[in-house]
Amino acid sequence: MAKDYFTKDHEWIRVEGDVGTVGITAYATGQLGDVVFVEVPEVGRKVKAHEACAVVESVKAASDIYAPVSGEVVDVNGELTTTPAMVNESPEARAWFYKLKIADPKELAGLMDKATYDAHCETGA
Amino acid sequence: MTDNSGSPLRRTPLYDEHVRLGAKMVPFAGYEMPVQYPLGVLKEHLWTRDKAGLFDVSHMGIAYVHAADHRHETAARALEALCPADFVNLAPGQQRYSQLLAADGGILDDLMVARPVDPAHAGTLCLVVNAGCKVADYAHIAAHLPSGVTLAPSDDFALLALQGPAAVAVLSDHDRRVAGMGFMTTGAASIAGVDVGLSRSGYTGEDGCEIFVPVEKAAGFWRSLAGDARVQPIGLGARDSLRLEAGLCLYGHDIDTTTSPIEAGLAWSIQKRRRVEGGFPGAARVQRELRDGPSRLRVGIRPDGRAPAREGTEIRAKDGRVIGKITSGGFGPTANAPVAMGYVERASAALGTYIDLMVRGKPLPATIAAMPFTPHRYARKTT
Repeated sequence: MAKDYFTKDHEWIRVEGDVGTVGITAYATGQLGDVVFVEVPEVGRKVKAHEACAVVESVKAASDIYAPVSGEVVDVNGELTTTPAMVNESPEARAWFYKLKIADPKELAGLMDKATYDAHCETGA
Repeated sequence: MTDNSGSPLRRTPLYDEHVRLGAKMVPFAGYEMPVQYPLGVLKEHLWTRDKAGLFDVSHMGIAYVHAADHRHETAARALEALCPADFVNLAPGQQRYSQLLAADGGILDDLMVARPVDPAHAGTLCLVVNAGCKVADYAHIAAHLPSGVTLAPSDDFALLALQGPAAVAVLSDHDRRVAGMGFMTTGAASIAGVDVGLSRSGYTGEDGCEIFVPVEKAAGFWRSLAGDARVQPIGLGARDSLRLEAGLCLYGHDIDTTTSPIEAGLAWSIQKRRRVEGGFPGAARVQRELRDGPSRLRVGIRPDGRAPAREGTEIRAKDGRVIGKITSGGFGPTANAPVAMGYVERASAALGTYIDLMVRGKPLPATIAAMPFTPHRYARKTT
């Protein structure tokens, strides 16, 4: 059974077993506008929580995407490189950025659940 | 809403229309302006290139230079003392792009200057200047006009732009006279029941008009045009990507007090008589740069791949030497590729030169490329 967590920087991570799939939220894409370029990390890269490891460029600006938790990148969504608009069309499903083998599941406790995250967005943060 | 300095922001006469249409409002040059409507920047950009985009540019400054003797030449000569364009030979109803220059040839602002077609307004020139510069421009111009010539800023009009291949058809459905106007000429028309002044010009690279609408009639006029099935309202976001693809300079980014018109590639806006005669601020530098070439040039840049390179990005030669900086950069929706412009030293400015852009600490290969990135489609007379 997968469980979703969210960061204050508007990433989501869907955890199944010891692997988490990471993307950005619909709220984030609404703020960014039309996405025109995505850079995903290399498979095998070890990242720390809060480390910038992907980039999304919209018509407005470039934004770093941070690792919600520490781990090793085990898969990336290569489709985003050729079809960046998918991030606007399906931010919380098809447009996942990368998969992490989670180093320390205890770090998940520092993230938000869906209800807390929605409240966080309400405040406009 | 306030700007960074905490001053209250001004609103254009069309503020309520933008809010009603669901625009995202942002501070820009002291005004609360629509950066995008629900359509979004990308689709607004493509709509303008395909049909007609309606822009509120009422934040820009409208002012009149007026000669007390009602002679065109008096007003024209007064403005020629501040700008390098030929205004004396501007025909009635003609409009011209120019720059206000500092004594060292740096650009204080760029502007449009029109000579009214109506002989009743002889001795008057109409100026449109950038919003962010208008207070300083007016002080500068007023301080340098000779006696007998005055500057009168106007708050009587909202300024709208309708741009795109269908723009003139939309307007001429209201008044056939619009279709007969040449590029960079001014005229009058009755549109949606409002008597307006307009010029066949804009800042998107497309055909279209800029329209002077009396403030009290601006909202109704906007609603009428926005109600046309060929028209969508377009925000500042798409305005920026449209002018970037068109290779047009944005003041404060691609041109400023450190750049000369020759470095900026604006020599075309300095007519021959002025090049020869001089007599404008910075003439010595402009004439020297025309003769010897400037040390750096504004160029078009196409990054390889899909990653945009933004303003401020360092430009390096292939040997690693820093040769310049990007002044505007982003994704060109019509070019369907990242596009940019910036300044490089002249030796590296030739079309086709391979360069590197330092994006996120890594060299991104790019090429010096021709501008505009998408062909201009102005209504130029072919004969």
